[in-house]
Amino acid sequence: MSDSTFEARPKQQHHFDLNFGKSIMALPGGEDLYRCIQCGTCSSTCPLSAYMDHTPRRIIAMTRAGLKDDVLASNTIWLCSSCYSCTVACPKQIRITDVMYSLKRRAIQTRRFSVGPVAALARAFIASVLRTGRSNESRIIVRTWLSTQPFELVRQAWLGLRLWLKGRLSLRRHRMTGSARDIPKLLRNLHEPPTFNRKA
Amino acid sequence: MHYLYYPGCSLKATGKPYEESLLAVFRALGIDVDELKDWNCCGATTYMGVDEVQAFALAARNLALAERQASGAAVVAPCNACYLVLNKAQHYVSEYPDIRKRVTRALKVIELEYCGDVNVRHPLDILVNDYGIERIGQEVKQPLAGLNVACYCGCQIVRPYSTFDDQHNPQSMERLLRAAGANVIDWPLKTRCCGAALTGTIPTAGTGLSDLLLKEARRRGANTIATCCPLCQHNLECYQAEGRGESGTLVQTPVVYFTQLLGLALGLKPKSLGLKRMLIALQPPAQATRAVL
Repeated sequence: MSDSTFEARPKQQHHFDLNFGKSIMALPGGEDLYRCIQCGTCSSTCPLSAYMDHTPRRIIAMTRAGLKDDVLASNTIWLCSSCYSCTVACPKQIRITDVMYSLKRRAIQTRRFSVGPVAALARAFIASVLRTGRSNESRIIVRTWLSTQPFELVRQAWLGLRLWLKGRLSLRRHRMTGSARDIPKLLRNLHEPPTFNRKA
Repeated sequence: MHYLYYPGCSLKATGKPYEESLLAVFRALGIDVDELKDWNCCGATTYMGVDEVQAFALAARNLALAERQASGAAVVAPCNACYLVLNKAQHYVSEYPDIRKRVTRALKVIELEYCGDVNVRHPLDILVNDYGIERIGQEVKQPLAGLNVACYCGCQIVRPYSTFDDQHNPQSMERLLRAAGANVIDWPLKTRCCGAALTGTIPTAGTGLSDLLLKEARRRGANTIATCCPLCQHNLECYQAEGRGESGTLVQTPVVYFTQLLGLALGLKPKSLGLKRMLIALQPPAQATRAVL
């Protein structure tokens, strides 16, 4: 794994998108974004802060300031493992994990994939669910590595073999007992422009 | 006591020993479970980061199936991620009318209906709060003497929707394994992230996190780690050898499911608990070594 993922990127953005913060606030879970007092509790509880190029506190400040490109290009949103430490620790009850999800979705929508393997994993995961209704971790991780870091396949071959011998790894697809076609059918019928008003 | 069992994808693959031991323990205690028919993937954390409403719809399909199969029965979700996603979907579907409208409409297309009264619970919750610690204590046949256990809950079971235990210092697993005769060590990292899927995607970060947990558990004298999530177990067990050459210590700490330890205490056979499937064999409890393992 090269360390390029973790290089802190200098701020490059010269123009500000002043509606960026508002647009994130409008998404479910982001309602309290503007209550942030920049205390840094999220950054100190986040187990992944050390690997991020911007800590969660800084991401919130940058989002509100409109540094859209810097936020969406950061590795922070991809490194978040959704452990919810920040969400429960936040003194202002901001659902920071959900804000991270919103930012990640925005990055995907604008086709910015700053951490390749995480995006590749998501791609493989969704392909698996759409096809069979279930996910098979072994297949997903093999596909992820094939498309991004094939060397990992070699490095982890021994672990894979040991797991296989113990009956814990299988490349066979797991299928739903009923019709897996229900899943794409279900997901297709969700789409309609969202507004997301919170219940009064 | 009757429950619907939602295994989730992991328990059918890398987490197979969890399913085996969970069902064996439930059978031994007379807790009745039926597998949810035709269940699908809960969406996990990955789907949430790609399309939130789709993630909630995937979860809601399972909840709707549960309502249809056994109305009023609680759903047992042993995987932390499934447990969180199913709970989160319920919160969001009831909190945001727009999400509810879209999910309900899409479910109708596949002839399902979700009313919103499914109780999603973790096996720990059921064992501790429904069955009861005292009753489990009475059932213990072979106390787990000699095991210094670090109880690791992981993140998504108590955060952010903690319904049965404390968010910062959960005690359910400790109480359960103490009743099973184990020596439970005190450690502060029991809800810190194990690295989740990052062990596969960005190994530097992922194994960094799991390594830290292992080091601290060992430093505090643990010789076994008990987990309640298939991904936590995988991360702590499978990447143990990595990055440890530097520290010089070469002990391997078995990482097992809490149901496996409980099953041993209840006198069940190690094979029926999936203990043969572990990469690092569990050190046999000091007492009755031959009889147990």
